[in-house]
Formats: sequence, C-alpha cells, structure tokens
Amino acid sequence: MTPVPPRIPPGAPAPRDIGAPDSPSRRQFLRRLAVASALAATAGGLGLALRDPHGPQAVPGGRVLTGLGDFSVAPKTPTTPRLATVHGTDRRAMFNQGINALGGMEAFIRRGDVVLIKVNAVIAAPPLLAATTNPELLAAVAEACKLAGAAKVLVTDNPIHNPDSCFAVSGLAGAARQSGAAILMPRQALFSPVSLPKAALLTDWPVLAGAFAGVTKCIILSQVKNHQRAVASLTLKNLYGLLGGRRNIFHQDINGIIAELGRLVRPSLCVLDGVVSMMTNGPTGGSLSDLKATGTMILSTDPVAADAQGIGLLNLTPADLPYLALAQAAGVGSIDATSLNPVTLNVEPAAG
Amino acid sequence: MGIVTARRLSQGFFLLVFCWLCLVTTLGDGAFELRGWPVNWLLSLAPLTALATGLATGSLFAPLLWAVPVVIASLFLGRFFCGFACPLGTLNQLSGYLTRKTLGRAGRAEDNHPSPAQGLKYALLAFLLAAAVLGNVQTGLLDPLALLTRSASLAVLPLLDPRQGLGQAEARHYDGAWVVGLLLVAILALNALRPRFFCRYLCPLGAFFGLLTRFSPWRIGKADTGNCGTCRLCEEYCEGGCRPSGQLIVSECVLCLNCLDRCPTGRIGFAGRPSAAGEQPLPDFSRRGAVLVLASGTAGLLAAPLWSVGGVAGIGRNPGLIRPPGSLDEARFLARCIRCGQCMRVCPANVIQPAVTVAGAAGLWTPALDYRLGRAGCLPNCIACGQVCPTAAIRPLSIEEKRGLGDFAAAGPLRLGTAFVDRSRCLPWAMGRPCLVCQEVCPVSPKAITVREVFEPLRLPRLAVADSRGTVVTLAALPAVGRNLAAGDFFLRPAGLPQATPQRILGRAAAQLTLAAPLAEAAPGREVEIVVRLEQPHVDPAQCIGCGMCEHECPVSGLRAIRVTSENESRSGPGRMLAEAARQGGRSWRRKSFPA
Repeated sequence: MTPVPPRIPPGAPAPRDIGAPDSPSRRQFLRRLAVASALAATAGGLGLALRDPHGPQAVPGGRVLTGLGDFSVAPKTPTTPRLATVHGTDRRAMFNQGINALGGMEAFIRRGDVVLIKVNAVIAAPPLLAATTNPELLAAVAEACKLAGAAKVLVTDNPIHNPDSCFAVSGLAGAARQSGAAILMPRQALFSPVSLPKAALLTDWPVLAGAFAGVTKCIILSQVKNHQRAVASLTLKNLYGLLGGRRNIFHQDINGIIAELGRLVRPSLCVLDGVVSMMTNGPTGGSLSDLKATGTMILSTDPVAADAQGIGLLNLTPADLPYLALAQAAGVGSIDATSLNPVTLNVEPAAG
Repeated sequence: MGIVTARRLSQGFFLLVFCWLCLVTTLGDGAFELRGWPVNWLLSLAPLTALATGLATGSLFAPLLWAVPVVIASLFLGRFFCGFACPLGTLNQLSGYLTRKTLGRAGRAEDNHPSPAQGLKYALLAFLLAAAVLGNVQTGLLDPLALLTRSASLAVLPLLDPRQGLGQAEARHYDGAWVVGLLLVAILALNALRPRFFCRYLCPLGAFFGLLTRFSPWRIGKADTGNCGTCRLCEEYCEGGCRPSGQLIVSECVLCLNCLDRCPTGRIGFAGRPSAAGEQPLPDFSRRGAVLVLASGTAGLLAAPLWSVGGVAGIGRNPGLIRPPGSLDEARFLARCIRCGQCMRVCPANVIQPAVTVAGAAGLWTPALDYRLGRAGCLPNCIACGQVCPTAAIRPLSIEEKRGLGDFAAAGPLRLGTAFVDRSRCLPWAMGRPCLVCQEVCPVSPKAITVREVFEPLRLPRLAVADSRGTVVTLAALPAVGRNLAAGDFFLRPAGLPQATPQRILGRAAAQLTLAAPLAEAAPGREVEIVVRLEQPHVDPAQCIGCGMCEHECPVSGLRAIRVTSENESRSGPGRMLAEAARQGGRSWRRKSFPA
C-alpha cells in the first residue's frame, strides 16, 4: 500500500492542534461531549423510570369507587316522623308543610352544606307532560336549602336525551337559575367507575361520581310514573340517571339493578311527586291523556318506604314492584313505613 | 383613512360576523346561542346559492333575496364581495400574505402574474350551473361561504366547543369530519403556491362575479400609460392576478385595491373609464381552455341524469338514508341543499351527520341522521334544523306540524322512517333475556312499540319436585343458573303444561324456591320448569315516527337490534309503506320525479 498523502492542499495553513489545551476546537468538542452525555443519561434514566416488567393489564386499572356516599341524616328524636304523605295541589306548599312535619329543612341541611339535588330530567319534554321533575318543586326545594343555609345547591341528572335540551325544555334550568341553584351537566369527565361491594351488576361501571365531589347532602326529587319494564318509575328507579356508559344493558335485570342503585347512594331526603301521576305510556308519556291528578306528595328519608307509599297512586301494591323486596333485603330501607312514624297532611288549596 | 384600510376593516368585520354566526349556531337562548341571530345572513349573501337553487327549483326562497343587492352592486362595481366581504377570501389573502413576507418584491410580483389556469374556475362554474339546471345542486361543495361554514361547523368548532364554555356543551362528533378539515387546511396551504389560490383558480362564486364585471361602469385602470410599466409595484400585492400594470383582465380583479394604494405616480384609479393600458374581459383562454369550459358544462348536464341512473333518489336509494325532519323529498332536497352543515351544528342531539356514502355521490356531506352516532335520536320537541336551513331544503317547521298537533292533527306527526325489530338480535326475541329499552324510550303517545308477554323455559335439566308446602317448593336438585332467580323475572310452571299460569319466584335458597302464590300442580314427584318472563317488542308502523330513540338506546351496541330505515317517511310518496292513506304526516308532496 502506498501511504496516503495528507489531504491538505499545499500552501494552506497548518491545522491547529485540536489536542492543545484551551484551543477553541477542544472546548467545542468537550461541550458536545457533555451535552451528548447528558442526553444519553436522560434517555437511560427515562427508560429505567418508565420500565414496566409485567406488560399491560387486561383491563385499564385506576381507582374504582365503592359507592357515591351515605348522605342520610339521623332523626332528631326517635319519634320524629321520617315519612310524610301530603295531599294537595300546590307543590310548594305541600313540600313546605311536609318538610316541617319531618322536623324542618334545618333538620336536613346545615349551614355551609353543599347540596346535590338529583332530579328526573329524563327527556326534553315540557313540565306540563309530567315526565320530568316539576320545576316548581325544584325551586321550592332549592330555595328551602338556601334558606336553611346551604352554601351551594347543585342539580344534576344524566338523562336519555341530550342534557342541555332536557334541562332547558323541562323548565328545570330556569327553576334552578331562579332559585340560585346550579345545573351540573353530566359531562364525560364527571363519570368514574364504581364497583359496589358484593354487587352482581354494578361492577366497574361508570357513574356520575364527579357530581358528588364536595357534596355533603343529597336530595332526590322524583316523579310518579308508569313504566312497562320496571312497573313503576319512582325514587329508586330515578337513580338510574346516575349511571353512565351503555347502561341499558341493565334492563336485563331491572329489579336487580334498581336494588343495587339503592345501595349506590343513601340520600338525605327523597321527595316523590305524585301531584300529577303518569298512569300510562311511561316513563316518557307525551300526552295529557297519560296523566291523572293524584294530588299527593311523599317526603321520606327512606326511598323504599317512599316508593312503597307512592306505588298506590298507580293503583298497584308494593308486591307489584319486585325491586322493593330486593332493596329491603339489601338494607336500603323498609317497605313497611310504621317504623318511620308516618304522618299524613292535607294542604288546603290556596283561597281564591 | 386609505381605501385599503377601509377594505381591511370591512374584511375584518365580515370575518368576525362569520365566526360569530358559526359560533352561535347552537341551540339555546343565551347570548352565545341561537336566540334570534340571523345565522343565514352571510350564506344568503352569496349569489351562487340563489342562482343554483333558482335554476334547480325555478323559485327563490325569500331569504336568498339578499343575493340580489349583491348581484346589483357587483354589476356596477365589480368583485367587491371577493375583496371586501368573503371570509374565505380574507383567510386566503392573510395566509398568502404571511407566506410571502420574506419573498422579496420581485418574487411577490412574479407570483401575481396572470395565468391561463385562472380560467379553470369558469369551467367549474359551468359544470355546477349545468348540473343545477337539471336539479342537482352541487355548488355547496365549492361555494366559499358554504365551504367555510361547513369546515368551521364540522371540523374547527368541534375542536374548541367543550373547552371554551361557549357553543356546544359536549364534544361533538361528525362522521368523516377530518376530510372536511383537511380540505380547509389544503385550501389555506395552497396560498403558499400562489396568493388567493382558491379564489383565482377554483372559486365558482368568484367566476360568477367575474362574469358580472363585463359591463361594470367603474373599474380599476390606468389613467395614462406614459413612463409606466416597469416598476410593477402595483402587482406586488395584486390579489386577483389581473395585471394592473398592463392590459387589465377585468374579470380577475377582486378589488383589493392594493395597486391603487401602491402606485408611486398615482396613475391607477378606480374610475368610470377604461384602463389606458387596455383591457380584456376574461383570462387568456387558449382554445383548449374554451373547450374545457364547454366540456365541463356538458359534463354537468350529464352528471345529474347519470347520478340518478344509480338511483340516488329512486328505486335503488339507500334505505338507511334518513333526512332531518321537514326535509323535502330526495329530488327536491338535492335541488336545494348546499351542505353548509348548519343543521348538523345546531342539532342538539348531534344526530344529523354529514353523509359520506349513504346519500350516494350526489349527496356527499348532505345531512343524514345516524342514530348510532348522536347523543340521542331526533328530539320530538325540536325543530332547530329547519329553522337554520338557508335554502329550505329542510323546511322551517313548527312544533305543531312536526308533532301533528293543532291544525296538523289530521295530517298526523311527521315521520322520518320506521323502526324494525331485528328478531335475530333482539335480547327478548333471540336470547331469552328481558330488556324492553326500546319501548321505554319511545316518545310517542301511545307508544309505537307494544309488547307481548311470553314465558320461555330456561336451559335446565328436568326439575323434579321433592316437596311443596304452600308457596315454598323444594326441588330434588337445582343446578346453578347464573342468574338471580329472585329478581322478579323468573317464574315456576309445571312441565309440559305451557297453558298453566306460571308463578313468580320471590326467593331461592339452594333447591328451595319461594313463590308469590302456591303452584297447584307442584306436587312431590311432578316435574316443573323455570321460565323467564319476556316482553317482546313489536313496532306499530302507524304510530312510529322514526325518531330513532329506540335504535339509539338499544343495548345491542354494535348493529342495533331495532333499526330505523326510511320506509314510510313523510317526505317521499314512494317511501310510503302503509296501505291506509291517513296520517302520513306533513304537507302532501309535490309530484316531481328525479330527472332521469
């Protein structure tokens, strides 16, 4: 092999010795070396930090709740009524008298409480058709909460139609605005999975848990409605609106899911509005001919007892609702109201 | 204030108005919602919509009369709409300007050299108008107002909606919206190739305005030619590529007025005299260009009948094509729809989707209901889509007409189609499982879905009765069934006696069953069977309005077990399914068949 001549054209200045200390080339080399080493160390560190020796789980993990909370309130005295059946036509007056019979709103709402009101906003139908919680009732309850010192009153539901239309058309948005309550739209971000202990159906299922963040009291406002699959939609069935996902698969065991919903959340107060009841074509209705004036409102701390009372408005008995027995067996409440010291009131229609 | 400043202010104003009107096309009465905003105003201003629907239908839907003053003004002044108003033109101008900031004066002027390709838009216009004459309105695909409204509604605003607290409350989904969005990006990116690329080469609305300039008394031009023609400062920002430095191409001037502003000698003006350097009415068409325009017109004339050969509106039409409530029959619908996408944005249920294939090639991006994609079916108490339709392809209905109330009681409710139960997929029909979600959510009163009760035996070996005391029946053995027998849906019945009344099971402990009432036949030694009570849904086609709530909510989440197809829809006579003529809904349809 012939030696390769240096590739320096004759006459060019001799290359500077890159090995010389403090030469610019040396400094540049050292700087590059340092940066490259730092990046290499970062890459190695990141690799180690993110190292997952087991590979992914079959299902996404994360925190799974075991329920939405127990918001029940202990009665003042053992003799305080915990169920009031109020007859009349004026929802506001009926609620006010009924709540007084249960010890007043102050017995349920303390100063500073954050109250979540679960309404039934199922479809975008006007209040006249009685498919949704009556806005007048919502206003009365929300105002009573405010009067009792509630710091914040939230109203929510995850209805069948798109929520903004439901709240707007049903008049619930307007009633909330008037009474200083805030509508909490069931945005996707508010749903997180719940696995109810010993539940056959509600395992790892998305529920409207975000709506309960910071909430200290929970009130359920339901409408008395006929329902083909569940026989009647009252308080417990209303809780279906806390479910997310493709929840309709649970219609395969409607009584089972309703009983489990009773365990999902323990409300402070249930108001079952049967001033007008939907006798046929429920739970959506759609015609005045589906409705009947039944002039009754039931207030109770026990959703099972409230429903057992309310089912009479549809000319049925508690035995017609298999979910009541299931819920009672699960400890949600009692079908027999005698232990709740029930009272019955009559609100005279306003004079004139 | 210079005229260019005035032009920029005007462009900014119209762009803001455009953004505002797109944003507020959201159902509600808040300030940022629909309330009474005239959301169709800008769309009505663009005369191509009025022209094409006018050619196709022989009439002009009243709000489209806004186009007439624009046409009149354009006849006198030229393409002021392109320069001063068009929001897509503004976006094109802005992006073209930004990509040329570093190009240098000579390079910028070179980009504005007129090109014979500017004749292409006339070919497109010829195609679209010829198709419109035969009842097939496709202008919305390229009309800048419809195009930009569609892009904003389906692709841009859905990216912003849920985050800003304005507009729609929930994130929106639109089928294939990425194509619509990419198209807008492409149109804006093309401005890097040539300024106002879309306006110069593709815009059929610009071509129409270009033709209107033929007799415009006032136009851009040079007062004299002495000592001119070298600096080309006038062409540095010439948006139309209309050669103000030399022989002016009148049809291409978009009235950006940059030439007037930049001429150092003040020689260029907007005046009632022809340009001293000469004029030509249209771009330099080669013979090939002229042939292209003619061929496009012919193609347009052929396209409409050719499309109908495929049966878009006739016998071969896709039964899955469900149009929004109030839509005209398919032939008349396609003679009006400009695919602006406003109905899709305003729909509170997000169920109105841009048709990709379901409406055929002639119906690309026209509104079609997809009950699987929306948040709900078509809401019975909502008429928003017809209220925002700029061309009445979806008629502006009243709630009374939609629901068949009041004056419309005799006509009955409007039908979008009919629901059909797929008995091979339905849980109570095919799988022995109770369900009945479809019946629950049916919003019609009385419900269009009725139920028939049946009792089906569970898949179990024969069950022998060991003991029976009152309501408590003890079986010899009861294997695991995997379902809660006490849940209210399960009953006990003597084996081999299907006509016997089954008794509801209230409780189970091992092989012991508690019944709601004694079962007389359940004597020791006899055999019994456990049956599940099923309520099987049946659709009453005389009641069904095709709103799709049942399909949307059906728990069989993939291919639904109850699906709505267009049979019996009110809008088309041929779609009628029921023999009884009564209660077909809506006004009677006009007898006009799709051109064939």
